[in-house]
Order: sequence, then C-alpha cells, then structure tokens
Amino acid sequence: MTTPPTTTTAPAAAAQNAGRNQRVRGRALRPDRPDGLRTLIRRPGSLMIFAGLLILALIWIYPFIWLVSASLKTQPEIFGSGLGLIPETPVWENYTRAWTVVGFDRYFLNSVIITGGTVALIVIRSALAGYVLGRYDFIGKKLLIGIFLITFFLPEGYTIIPVVQLTDQIGLLNTHLGVILGLGAGGQVAATLLYAGYFRGLPKELEECARLDGAGHLRIFAQIMLPLAWPITATVIILNFLFAWNVYLLPLVFTLSEPALRTLAVGMSAFIGEYSTDWSGLAAAATISLIPVMAIFITLQRKFVDSIAGAVKQ
Amino acid sequence: MTALDESRELSTMSARPSKLGLWRRLRRDWWIYLFLLPTIVGYGAYTVYPLVASWWFAFLDWPGFADSGTFIGVENFQRLVGDDLFWNAFTNSLIFLVLAVPLRVGLALLLAILLNRKRTPFKGLLRTLFFLPVVTTGAIIGVVFTLLLDAGGPISVALVGAGLLDSPANFVASTDTSLLAGVAVWVWKWLGITMIYWLAALQTIPDEVHEAAMIDGAKPWQEFTRITMPLLIPFLVIITLIDTVGALNVFDLMYTMTGGGPSFSSEVIEIFIFRTAFGATVPQLGYASAAAVLFGILTMGIALAQAVGLRWARRATGAMK
Repeated sequence: MTTPPTTTTAPAAAAQNAGRNQRVRGRALRPDRPDGLRTLIRRPGSLMIFAGLLILALIWIYPFIWLVSASLKTQPEIFGSGLGLIPETPVWENYTRAWTVVGFDRYFLNSVIITGGTVALIVIRSALAGYVLGRYDFIGKKLLIGIFLITFFLPEGYTIIPVVQLTDQIGLLNTHLGVILGLGAGGQVAATLLYAGYFRGLPKELEECARLDGAGHLRIFAQIMLPLAWPITATVIILNFLFAWNVYLLPLVFTLSEPALRTLAVGMSAFIGEYSTDWSGLAAAATISLIPVMAIFITLQRKFVDSIAGAVKQ
Repeated sequence: MTALDESRELSTMSARPSKLGLWRRLRRDWWIYLFLLPTIVGYGAYTVYPLVASWWFAFLDWPGFADSGTFIGVENFQRLVGDDLFWNAFTNSLIFLVLAVPLRVGLALLLAILLNRKRTPFKGLLRTLFFLPVVTTGAIIGVVFTLLLDAGGPISVALVGAGLLDSPANFVASTDTSLLAGVAVWVWKWLGITMIYWLAALQTIPDEVHEAAMIDGAKPWQEFTRITMPLLIPFLVIITLIDTVGALNVFDLMYTMTGGGPSFSSEVIEIFIFRTAFGATVPQLGYASAAAVLFGILTMGIALAQAVGLRWARRATGAMK
C-alpha cells in the first residue's frame, strides 16, 4: 500500500512550521545577545538612545527605591531630605510598628486567603468551561460565547452595586467567601477563552483512546486534559494572582463595615485615615505589601511577559 | 466500538453537524452542561444579573441598605442630567481618557521600538524595570505618590532645584494639577504592559520584511512609516481599546491618591458612583445605579466604536489576520 505523499509531508511541514514559530516566539522576548555594548561606542546615535532609555528607566524605579528608603527614615526626615535616598540611621522600628499596630498581619492573611480562593475558583471553572467550549458542539454554545463577548469590557464600577446587594441577600457580605465569589465567580472571560483555544488544538485521538479504555468524561478531563493544559493553567494563575492581589474596589466596598476582613490594598488606605501622620509606618507597610508581588514577578518574569504577549497575539 | 457508536461520539466534536433531535442532544450532552455549571451559575449571578439589575435599580429611589427601593421612573436620570457634579465627573473621565490613553499608547510604542532594536543592550533588564509598576498594587501606588507629589516630596524638590518651579507645590492637593497628576501616575504605572503588547505586535512582522526594505534602501524613518506602521494598525486599534477600558477603571489609583479632590477636581465617574452609593452619609443606591448605567453605556459605546474600527482596519490592511 502506498501512502499518498501529502499525508506524510503535511505533518512534517506542520512540525517544521511549529518549530519555526516557536523559535521566533522564543527569541522574541528574550534579550538579544548583548553585542550592543561594543556597537554603542562605535555609534553615537545608539549611545544617545541608550542613555535616554537608562534615564527613563531610573524614573520608573525611583519611586520604589524612594519608598524603601522612606520606610527606614523618621517622619521629619521623609519630608526634609528631598531627593536623598540614604537614611541618617535606619529606623527598623517602622516595620515592627507597621506589622503589629495596624493589624497588617491580619490584612496579609486576608489577602492570601482571598487571592488563593479567587485564583482556585477561576482556574477550576475556566478550565471546565474552556474544555467543553473548545472541543464540543452543544446547544447554547453560541449564546454563551455571545454573552462572554458582550460582557468582556464591563467596567467594575458598573456591576458593584448589584454584586453587593446580591452578596448581602445570600448572607455572605462580611465573609471571605463573599469576597472570593465576588472576585472569581463572574468575569474573567479571558481565562476561559485561553483554555478553549488551547484545548481546541489538542488531537481528538486522546479522548477516543481514553474512552476505549473506559474512562468517563470527568476522568478524561482531570487526568488527561487538565495536566496537558498546564502552560495555560500557569498563565491563568499568574494573571489572576496579580488581579486578585491588587484589586481594590470590591474588597473595599465589602469591608466598609468589617475592617477585620480588609486586604493589604484596602488596609493601606485605612492606614491614612486612622494614622494620618504616620508616614514612615505607612512606607514600611507599603514595602511589606509590595514584596510578595515583586518577588513572584522577578522569579517568574519570563513567564509573565510571555503569557501577556501570547494572550495579545491571539 | 460499532460504526454507529463511533459516529455518535464523533458528532459531539465540532466540525460535523449533528442530525439528532433537540431533546436527544440535550440528554446526550448532559455532562457538558455539568462542566459548564460553575461558569453558568457564577457568570449569571455576578455578571449577567448585575448587568440587568443595574438598569432596574436605576429606576428606583433606594436609600442606603434598605431592603428595596420604590419605583420612580426616569427621575434619577433627570436628576443626573441636572447634576453639575455628575457632569464634572463625566468630563473628568473624558479628559483623563483623552490625555492618558494616547500618552500611554504612544510612549509605549516608542519604548517598544527602541527595545526591539537589535543594537540596544540590556533590553531584558530595561523591559523588567519598565514592567515593574504593572505588577504592583494600584491602591498602594496611589498612596505612595501622595507622598512623592507632596510639596516637601522629592518631585517638588527636584523641580524647584532644576528651576522649573518657583516654589514647592503639592500637585495632588491643587485643583489645577490633581487630575493631571492622576494621568501621569496612571501612565507611569501601566506603560510597561502596553509596551509588552507592542513588542508582541512588532514581532509578528517577519524579519524578511525589514530585510527587504533594507535591501531596497529604505531609511529607518521611511521603513517605519511605510512598512511597520501600516502593519501595526490593527494592533493599534486593539491596544487602544484595552487601554481605554483600563483608563475607565482608575478607581484604585485616583481614590487613594486624591480621593477625587480637592473640591471634586479629580473625581472620575467611578469615584462618583462609589461616593454616591457607599461613601455618602445617606447612600443613594438608585441614583448611583443610574450613573453606573450611563457609565456602562459610555464604555460599551467606546468599545463598539473601536470594534468597528478594528474590522475596518483589518479590511484596509488586507492580508493581516
């Protein structure tokens, strides 16, 4: 039996194509080999551009450096030293004050619980929905996608009043679960679409083989499909971790009558109201709050940048 | 597996249209709906319901957290039209959009082009630095900048030192500059992510195109205006759309930085809604919902206009996907 040439070359070409795409994308966001330094000296134009970029970059990180330095200064020193970054004598006590007096330890724990719960909820429900949306036809699919697209750009300020009213009615207004549902149960269309796009690209044979072996739908999903989609899961976790850790309006509104439920972001502004003059304590608190996101970002930065770029290209 | 079984299994996969009846399809696909259940329930309750309920609430007189409101027809909307503070917030939001979005999109493009050049060293490091504010908490950034922009803060000191400012100024506490300060900080915070969008867009242009242009003797500027820019137009529309929606969601930054003040000079629509619904001594949920509905219409209108623009741009640039 002779195989038609097209069937053998098509996968080969596809593989080659995939290889090329991957190469292009891999190179894409990775810094090119720094042959730059030598060319800089030879080309004054390049040197100027580079110097400009460097100055701009300094403007971009100056506030963070200033914040850390302010967290180690005394109150009068913050406002008296202008641009100066080095504190006379580091006041570490600012940190202990920020952590203990204002209840930042509790805010931190709240942030962890709410972020963790929200991310888990979004991953589970988006993966389940993305799987069937990406691979199956069913009645109501077009309607569902239509609703997703209509609500894609819905601003947070638009929905906040009914969300509070609903949460109040089901008795979850002053609970962690209420905040988690408010943040993770609706919206996040992008996560579902990312999963759908990925699952659509997997070969049909995977399910057929598993089904022959007697696996049910849930088993196929949990043991075969979800592990395969790990790259998407990682992306969804990263993007929604950022979203949930930094979100402000909903946690603020939900905790107006329940300060013990505040997240770090909301706790910061309470700091201003209640301790209106303690700027150095506030700087220390802000530094503490920013450390987790910064640390995670710096360790995972390639993943961050690639996932955002990948989502845009789609 | 018989042929019939097989065709039944396969027919649920996309591509092949099913000839089964409606009821039998629903019964066969029950597990699909089970998979969709969390999304349908969650989305229904937290996105679709609020979308519809806002409209209903907008027609109610509903003070505070009373159980429900009383129907008063379009009275809320009539009151909004005559409410100077609402128009002030509406105008502030528009000013914010008109200033901040082009600045963010344009500056990010410039940065992306410079950081996409083969000759620029330390590109990875520079990209990281510009991206850093993106991952940080908006509310905290707002608080930190109230300090940085204070009359005794480093920015004022630096400007006085450079002779650009006669006397120290508190940018956040002045009615002339509070909104502008918000624009500046917002652009600073979000520039990095738009830069990444642009870098992704620039990399969809194959190297061959640039090489061909170089062989034909195109100067860098010519190459940019004649080749790169036309290819980027569909991305320009989509990036502008993303950033515009972002600009309408500035609550965290503006609220923590200026609180909408001084004397409402930086109050954007989201702060107006928040203040009316939750911040006032006598909360007015119906009135705030009416403002939210108008805000939603504005957002949808902008999104729709840009979606139309995107379709047009894609057609105009032909082969672009």
